[in-house]
Amino acid sequence: MPVRVLVAKPGLDGHDRGAKLVARALRDAGFEVIYTGIRQKPEAIAAIALQEDVDLIGLSILSGAHLGLTRKTVEALRASGVGDIKVVVGGTVPPADVQPLLDLGAAAVYPTGTPIETLVADVRKLTGAVA
Amino acid sequence: MASEDELTTEAGLAVERCYGPGDVDGGDPGRIGAPGAFPFTRGNHPGGYRDKLWTFRQYSGFGTPEWSNERYQLLLKEGGTGLSVAADLPTQIGYDSDDPDVEEEVGRVGVALDSLADAEILFRGIPLDRISTSWTVNGTAAIMLAFYVAVGSKQGVPRSKLRGTVQNDILKEYVARGTWIWPPTPSIRLIADSIEFCAEEVPRYNAVSVAGAHFRDAGANAAQEMAFTLQDAVTYCDEIVGRGRMTIDQFAPQVSFFFYTHNDFFEEVAKYRAGRRHWAQIVRDRYGAREASSSMFRFGVVCGGWTLQAQQPQNNIVRVAYQAMAAVLGGVQSMFTAAWDEPFSLPTEESTTLALRTQQILAHETGVTRTVDPLGGSYFVEALTDAMEEKIGGIMADLEARGGMVRCIEDGYVQRLIADESAAVQRKVDRGERVIVGVNRYQSDQPAPTLQPPEMDEVARKLQLDRLAEVRRTRNRRAAREALGRLRTAAVGDTNLMPPLIDCVEEYCTVGEITRELKDVWGEYQQPTVF
Repeated sequence: MPVRVLVAKPGLDGHDRGAKLVARALRDAGFEVIYTGIRQKPEAIAAIALQEDVDLIGLSILSGAHLGLTRKTVEALRASGVGDIKVVVGGTVPPADVQPLLDLGAAAVYPTGTPIETLVADVRKLTGAVA
Repeated sequence: MASEDELTTEAGLAVERCYGPGDVDGGDPGRIGAPGAFPFTRGNHPGGYRDKLWTFRQYSGFGTPEWSNERYQLLLKEGGTGLSVAADLPTQIGYDSDDPDVEEEVGRVGVALDSLADAEILFRGIPLDRISTSWTVNGTAAIMLAFYVAVGSKQGVPRSKLRGTVQNDILKEYVARGTWIWPPTPSIRLIADSIEFCAEEVPRYNAVSVAGAHFRDAGANAAQEMAFTLQDAVTYCDEIVGRGRMTIDQFAPQVSFFFYTHNDFFEEVAKYRAGRRHWAQIVRDRYGAREASSSMFRFGVVCGGWTLQAQQPQNNIVRVAYQAMAAVLGGVQSMFTAAWDEPFSLPTEESTTLALRTQQILAHETGVTRTVDPLGGSYFVEALTDAMEEKIGGIMADLEARGGMVRCIEDGYVQRLIADESAAVQRKVDRGERVIVGVNRYQSDQPAPTLQPPEMDEVARKLQLDRLAEVRRTRNRRAAREALGRLRTAAVGDTNLMPPLIDCVEEYCTVGEITRELKDVWGEYQQPTVF
């Protein structure tokens, strides 16, 4: 069965060039990809993740609100009983915020400038997907 | 041997080894025209930058109105010549700062503006009859325009003296950037209402800045950027002319444009020259304008955006400087140069000032302002302008044939074109076919810079929330409720919405309350998701 990934845009940020590129790259790499569209509430992301039975969620946040939105999404996943779904975070993340995101429960962080092949290889590893 | 990417522009126009007299269309001398004359290929004014430099307008704003006011005072002291308000996302999408759904976003990518009380502080000490202000706000643009008129009135500045621009271009928000609120039909009505209102009441204010910048940064190429933008402008003008209350000459001088300037130097110059020529012809031929000034294509630009890289980030200073020069050789009226550290966070005071200095060096040291349209008549630039004009025209004809811009957005066609272009560019970058210095060539391991970007802290958040609570407590509650009622009545009917909107803000109704009232009548937009 193919590994399922949810690409999600929490909060109010509408910049989704990166999210769409990541979604395409993962699809081309053999993942089944669902994209939420922009401006999703953390609870809605958790509901989609549960319903679609995804293995990993990629949050894309360029508005600087990554700490609060990641915390809320992780909490919403736990509240929905799917706290085991891995969460990774990408976007405009200053270097100083990488460790705090990992501490909040992110499995990996991909700041601006991360090569797309690095991200795809990493998602393969995190989900145990066979290349 | 040069690669294919080195022999075509970013939008895919072929570039020959060398150009000569045979490459320029000699058949029609009116095609290029003189500076200040139809079709304005060489610029809107005969004197160019000799008579008036472009406006140095740095997009800025964060945290509270107090903080942002301080930054505006700094920019004006350092030689900025206009203001450009960055509002936070809740303000742009119609939520108040105390809405629990948006608490992370308050004051983050711009200033939080909940009510007129905030707008009064934002412009404290800034004379609105002398400084022009641009607002990159779309969903709630009409509310911001109402704030501005109301603050002007409190400062004793008559509406006729207010200058500036409100972006007020919702169509591109459905495609890129994403600050939509209501569905297209009522949103376009609100834009048309504000354009009519400005034409009658605020004659020196640009009521719309039709923006291609966000298409571009989402992945569109230069030709698509210009074509989508012109097609959006046509949609708004069709609406107003179709109402039959105003002719094109009554409002076209208050329609302006806004674009990204990216790295492909001559293509950017050609894009602006071709854009001017297209718009001149559209306004004359499609709408029957009688005044030449109606046909003028006035535009601002932003330099930076997607072209800025996190790797070797100080290279961004050089990129932005070249982009700024291309915009000036293309005849720009107003410019924002982004700071080099924007791939990481909001700019610091130091990087913002350096970005402003980049424009000042261009204006005062390089001599590019000495003569009008210095590239005019260049075999290459004129040929590229012609090729760009043709390419833009082809894209516009395709959109028209598919039922126009609203239809092409609602069925996701424009989104698909942009996503395809963005993916194609990414593939070229990944394969090294499009060179990005420091990213896929001349890489070096540099640690990320240590930055101290401005942050919305708890003290600032409390200040903002306390003020909002104070406004709700001390305003005339009954008058506020009645103003919202009149707005609702106007929204249900078809009278101009600007007068009841101004009443609402003057009674200290909040951005969130006004937006909710209109959502109640108009509903919310549902996005298609295309990748």
